[in-house]
Amino acid sequence: MSVVTANTATGPHWLLRKSSLQALSVFLLVVAGSLLALAQDTRFVYMLVYVWFGLAYGMLLQYGRFCMASAVRDLFAVKVPRMAVGMMIAVALYAVVAAVVTLAGFSTFHPNAMGWHIVIGAAIFGFGIVFTGGCASGSLYKAGEGNMNSMLVILAISFSQAIVVSASGWWDSLVPQSWIESAKAKEMPEELSVTEGWFDIFTAGHIWDLKGATTADMFDMGGTTAGVVWMNTMLTAILPVAIILVVLYVFYYRKGHLRRTGKASPTLGDEIAGMWAMFTSSKNTAIAGIGLGILAGLHMYVTGALREHYEIFNFGELLVAMGYTNGLSIQDTVFDPGYWYITTQEAQWGGWIMQQLGINSMDSIFFGLDNGLPNPLLNAPGFMSIGIILGASVMALARREFKWKMPSWETAFFAIVGGTLMGIGARLAMGCNIGAFFATVTNGDPSGWVFLFGMVIGAYIGVKAFTWYMDWSDSRKTSECGL
Amino acid sequence: MAMTFNKIADHEWELNVCGYTCPHPQMYTKKALQKIDSGDVLSLVFDNPSSGESIMAMCEAEGNDLFDRQDGGGSFTWKIRKA
Repeated sequence: MSVVTANTATGPHWLLRKSSLQALSVFLLVVAGSLLALAQDTRFVYMLVYVWFGLAYGMLLQYGRFCMASAVRDLFAVKVPRMAVGMMIAVALYAVVAAVVTLAGFSTFHPNAMGWHIVIGAAIFGFGIVFTGGCASGSLYKAGEGNMNSMLVILAISFSQAIVVSASGWWDSLVPQSWIESAKAKEMPEELSVTEGWFDIFTAGHIWDLKGATTADMFDMGGTTAGVVWMNTMLTAILPVAIILVVLYVFYYRKGHLRRTGKASPTLGDEIAGMWAMFTSSKNTAIAGIGLGILAGLHMYVTGALREHYEIFNFGELLVAMGYTNGLSIQDTVFDPGYWYITTQEAQWGGWIMQQLGINSMDSIFFGLDNGLPNPLLNAPGFMSIGIILGASVMALARREFKWKMPSWETAFFAIVGGTLMGIGARLAMGCNIGAFFATVTNGDPSGWVFLFGMVIGAYIGVKAFTWYMDWSDSRKTSECGL
Repeated sequence: MAMTFNKIADHEWELNVCGYTCPHPQMYTKKALQKIDSGDVLSLVFDNPSSGESIMAMCEAEGNDLFDRQDGGGSFTWKIRKA
């Protein structure tokens, strides 16, 4: 394949181009905002760690077109494994860095509760991502490229989650009585009304009764070097990654590669060369995978070190010390994972707006007990999401790929319905493809593979449904130019 | 904006999927390449950068020749000769 590439624009040196100057302006905006925050209180450095890691994530996501929706969807839709390969590279590197961070004592990771809810939630999430055109972080970086469909997806994810976790109604009666009894037995504070609202009962009456553990914990090796290295990193992350890469090579890459290289009877060396060709077939994606894997691990380290420095477990304590007490949970906490995470902070945006409109959301476990509803200007992980959008804007502008794209009725419908399904699925599964998959398997929590399994099933069904829609849509066109 | 697929000359087709995000551009491209004959040229116009990586990989896997790329201003015009 010989490709002639041309950049159609002519004019001044690229540094002086309008788009390059706009990229610089966005970058300087983040610098100015950071300085302003530090001028208010130097302890805002804790929040700025989220901002700047978000900015770096956004730049790399845009550079590599790194979207985990594409990883599963494009396998089934167009039989392209490049993003699945990039995702596995990122998982392997994040796992190695996470092991170092854990052994250094700075890990901020907590395993997820294992249960059927992960498969069901992930399947709903996986179905939704086919229609939105991006996963949770993919929608953020595409919004940074000027795609307003992706902004609609973010809005839908935000409000659907906020409604799911705080609403109560007739559907409460569908909850098993055993969950209600179990929730009552937890004797939670009255203001949380844990026996009202489907999600509260689900959380207190079901999820809290489940166990979550890393593989090392399961084998009573938690906290030991052998447990972290062999059980969490090698057995839970690297081995499954190696198996998945071989499967991707055999079923999605090998045939085309052997045809291109003319190897009728390949040797082991030819197969290894083929695997390497698969890794490097999209250099941008591979580079982004390497960068994101390393950065995600470093993010945990930096936040962990800052927590030790300020002698805190949660950003809420720092907010109280700085005099900001509105929107904290009843435990004086806010959502503060300490690593790359997407959906919960978006739920907080939706919940905060609902709260301003007079719809009380703080009587839920999700907001009232765990994550709080801080002002978006004090929402540290929320700024990570904004950082991703701005980082992607910087990269897209610098590469002259930024373009405002307004939704049509068709794409807006897909964005809102798909985004709503993503929000519902993410809350059922206790996270999205980042928080419930990427951050878990890399830290030795096997529940992430269960999430990936569910997401693959959902995406497969989604691709079938989407293909049916396209065929139905085209069947209404009668000319030879119908597809 | 709706997708358009037109025959612009003998053995030349144009697929315009501007305004669409993933997975529309790559799926429409796949369908268009299935519809045209071997040796025909498809001019593909799209503005979703992410789709480009997948379309390149599709061409590589199926042996189609992506022989011309005009990129700029957030839009992409690629010419693909079907194997």
